[in-house]
Amino acid sequence: MKSFNYHAPKDVKDASKLASSNSAFLAGGMTTIPSMKLGLASYKDVIDIKNIKKLSGIKVSGKSVTIGATTKHAEVAASKDVKKAIPALAKLAGNIGDAQVRNRGTIGGSISNNDPSACYPSACMALNAVIHTNKRKIDADKFFTGMFETALKSGELVEAVEFEIPEKADYQKHPNPASRYAIIGVFVAKHKKDVNVAVTGAKSCVYIDQDLSKKLSSNFSVSAIEGMEVKSSGMNSDMHASAEYRANLVSLYAKKAVEAC
Amino acid sequence: MASLVGSRVERKEDTRFLQGKGRYTADINIANQTYAVFVRSPHARAKIKSVDTSKALKSSGVVGVLTGKEIAEDKIGGLIAGWAIRSEDGSEMKVPANPPLAKDVANFVGEPVAVVFAETLDEAKEGAEKVKVDYKVLKAVVDPAEAMKSDAIHDGVDKNLCYDWLLGDRKAVDEAFAKADKIIKVDLINNRLVPNAMEPRACVVDYNTASEEITLYTTSQNPHLSRLVMSAFGGVAPENKLRVVAPDVGGGFGSKINVYNEEIVCSWASKKIERPIKWVAERTESFLTDTHGRDHVTHAELAVTNDGKFLGFKNETIANLGAYARVFGTVTPTYLFGPCATGVYVIPAAYSNVKAVYTNTAPVDAYRGAGRPEATYTIERLVEKAAMELGIDKTEIRMKNFPTQFPFKQTLVHTVDSGDYVAGLEKAKQMADYKGFEARRKKSEANGKLRGIGVSSYFEACGIAPSAAVMSLGCGVGLWESAEVRFNPTGQISVFTGAHSHGQSHDTTFAQIAADELGVPMENIDVVHGDTDKGTFGMGTYGSRSLTVGGIAIVNACKKIVAKGKRVAAKMLEVNEDEIEFKDGEFVALKSNKKKTIGEVAFACYLPGQRDEMKSPIPEGDEPGLIESSFFDPANFSFPAGSHICEVEIDPDTGNVKVEKYTAVDDFGRIVNPMIVEGQVHGGIAQGIGQALHENTQYDETGQLMTASYMDYTMPRADNFPEFNLGFTCTHATSNPLGVKGCGEAGAIASPPTVMNAVIDALGGQEISMPATAEKVWKACKAMKKSNAKAA
Repeated sequence: MKSFNYHAPKDVKDASKLASSNSAFLAGGMTTIPSMKLGLASYKDVIDIKNIKKLSGIKVSGKSVTIGATTKHAEVAASKDVKKAIPALAKLAGNIGDAQVRNRGTIGGSISNNDPSACYPSACMALNAVIHTNKRKIDADKFFTGMFETALKSGELVEAVEFEIPEKADYQKHPNPASRYAIIGVFVAKHKKDVNVAVTGAKSCVYIDQDLSKKLSSNFSVSAIEGMEVKSSGMNSDMHASAEYRANLVSLYAKKAVEAC
Repeated sequence: MASLVGSRVERKEDTRFLQGKGRYTADINIANQTYAVFVRSPHARAKIKSVDTSKALKSSGVVGVLTGKEIAEDKIGGLIAGWAIRSEDGSEMKVPANPPLAKDVANFVGEPVAVVFAETLDEAKEGAEKVKVDYKVLKAVVDPAEAMKSDAIHDGVDKNLCYDWLLGDRKAVDEAFAKADKIIKVDLINNRLVPNAMEPRACVVDYNTASEEITLYTTSQNPHLSRLVMSAFGGVAPENKLRVVAPDVGGGFGSKINVYNEEIVCSWASKKIERPIKWVAERTESFLTDTHGRDHVTHAELAVTNDGKFLGFKNETIANLGAYARVFGTVTPTYLFGPCATGVYVIPAAYSNVKAVYTNTAPVDAYRGAGRPEATYTIERLVEKAAMELGIDKTEIRMKNFPTQFPFKQTLVHTVDSGDYVAGLEKAKQMADYKGFEARRKKSEANGKLRGIGVSSYFEACGIAPSAAVMSLGCGVGLWESAEVRFNPTGQISVFTGAHSHGQSHDTTFAQIAADELGVPMENIDVVHGDTDKGTFGMGTYGSRSLTVGGIAIVNACKKIVAKGKRVAAKMLEVNEDEIEFKDGEFVALKSNKKKTIGEVAFACYLPGQRDEMKSPIPEGDEPGLIESSFFDPANFSFPAGSHICEVEIDPDTGNVKVEKYTAVDDFGRIVNPMIVEGQVHGGIAQGIGQALHENTQYDETGQLMTASYMDYTMPRADNFPEFNLGFTCTHATSNPLGVKGCGEAGAIASPPTVMNAVIDALGGQEISMPATAEKVWKACKAMKKSNAKAA
């Protein structure tokens, strides 16, 4: 690992001031630290945001669940409030990585990194999340812009993620046997007016499967999507899973998720 | 006194391991040490045009930079192949030079080209980045079957062929095949595995400028052998000026048998730069450069009669050696593989033909089971397929071909001293509720799942020794083992062994044996290993040999202690030696019932006299002291055997394979510590299930290792396994006085075919290669659905 300056600001303003094109915000460090250790990334300044109190915590209102950026997966998984309001979200958090990862990794880190196989982005998309940054509010569908890319600008920091509470929801994932990231993950959320089926792992970036969402919006049942073919075009194909296999899994896990709702 | 042998004594080593007090090589630091970082080839095959070290030498903190040029100038020898194998035509195998630092050409990704020493690890890394190597990239040879049609990687190794070896009689096999009702054929791939010891390789070298002695702390399964190789072939230092210490070693599975480039380079360099050196592999370096395992492509055939009798067997295998032939690299696919490929069966005619080829991949060497898992996979896939094709129950066809007389002269090499294969399989059937399978299958089917059952019966030749036998097969050394039992004057005992634990619980097992022999509490016994300055000599731990060879040396040394003790006690008790009986740690004069404890006798041996009395307890012809040693060379290999049964359930929608039940019945002869043996079996089965279902080493066509981290290489985890159901049959070995057989590798030998037979059973006989990953299985399920639909 190359030497760097370590900062641990106490508030967002200071954190933002320290940021440059050669800096990284550090939350759980689940990706940043291994990348630095392997020499894949190096920074002049590493800005640790774990000490910024206002970035951590869970708030539930009548309509939404807001989770602070540095809230750990284990905290979300164990939260009674989350379990009551959006059990699927607690379930998703409880199945990320392993116990060590869940006790370090954070929601802000996960969505800012936007790994194409990460679990949280699918929840953001399906639950019409609004991403609160120190500069603005961004709708989830505008936030995830590509593989490891987001709408965040230099110095912009995720402060919290606000999820809309759905009527029903479920998350199902097929883990990569090695890394246990999602080979594919499907988050199905039934809102009052419509249904969102968000898919992670299958393509270079999380997306809403419009066909499945539309079908389920008019008839929320397994039979509505039975026999519906999910196209493999544009899906990832690698040594862990072909595009064809991923497409099969998306359709299968969508049904599983609807069934579990 | 109750015997300790046979009881579930808790492990002595657990205290330190479970409290984080283990002392591994990377825990050792020496004042004034420098840190080594190796510059490694990023290419699978490349000419090294030049190496420019000038910028690295100027880099902050860098103490020295050395390359292949300097090591060649100093005439330091390279890595060696430990076994000489001859081709069918009588020619000797072709072994290329394997310099510790590549000078002219690099032959696999990760091969060391230069090394940088610096004051800190970061500075060494920084320096290593500044070494400029100018490569001319050449086309890599990766696929073993393609290798024989490709350009030679090494000068003088035509078709990349190390040897074309034959064991058995082709003519007799042809005749047997001509008589057969049916020929069963399989095409198999035995997938390459990365060993993944929990502790990465490391070395710390301390050169003493006064005594000119090099001390090498290293992660080795066989420190004495390392010293011998480094001295005799490396020319690093004479043996008496080289001390090799392997402290606690965190797993090896064969990958820590070899003397590696880094140990030779750091030992040589420490003398050159007159500073201690520390090197610890990062996980990526382990993936790239630890010797890998398996990697066979096999076509095998079994000639059978309609009623399921085996008549003949043939095996044509291409074994991938990787870029170089290492210590056990050439014997693993030959004598450790071929003889066992006929399995536990009476097969009148057989041959194994193995072509070993070089490719631009990491060297392949012994890995838990070494050759015998490949052999068992070959025969047990054939046998299971024969049962399916002949419509005979898979256990019945095995029973039909088991030998019932022991010693059993196996078709190709071995004479198996003892065993009861029928009893083993019967017990496994009972424990696995074999009869109830159909009901369980139907239940799975009702839930939309496919259930399969697989069986494998195995034997293996381990406890490697005897010396004359292994040397006649091409081994470069004898494979006996030594022990020394040292009584201290105050009664504690140090047992020195040439075996070396890297997870096998020697501290406990060997103390149990010695405590029984000497009649002392095992708390009084310390097992000492892993230091060439302490033990006399030793061959180390691999091939399930520690107990069957090293353990017996301990028994024999203890017996010498007791024999001398008897003579001394007789003199002390003023009786004839034949009137003394040794029991439970006491020498008893039978007539008078007077006694001396072994501790009193030991004390007397060291302090042979008393004030005002000129009377020594040491008999004439004996010397003071109570230290005895033994070199044990057994009469035969050890032949554990058994039958395993596995049940899997497949989800046809995802292709996920769940191991539902796993039953293992093994015959390890007499068992010293059942708890430790169960642990060995658990670990072996876990590794075998890993090979069958998960572990998938992948090189791309340019020779880059695609699975070089845990993000991509699937290590099996606890949630991949059911509770293992273990049973034992214990027919004692006749080749050693304890009656013990090796147990370390059996689990990894028996389990891959057991699991794969179950998967293939669930898939209605559709063949599938290891690892049976979810996608592969899903595709097979789809094909099955299609063919079922057609049939309907």
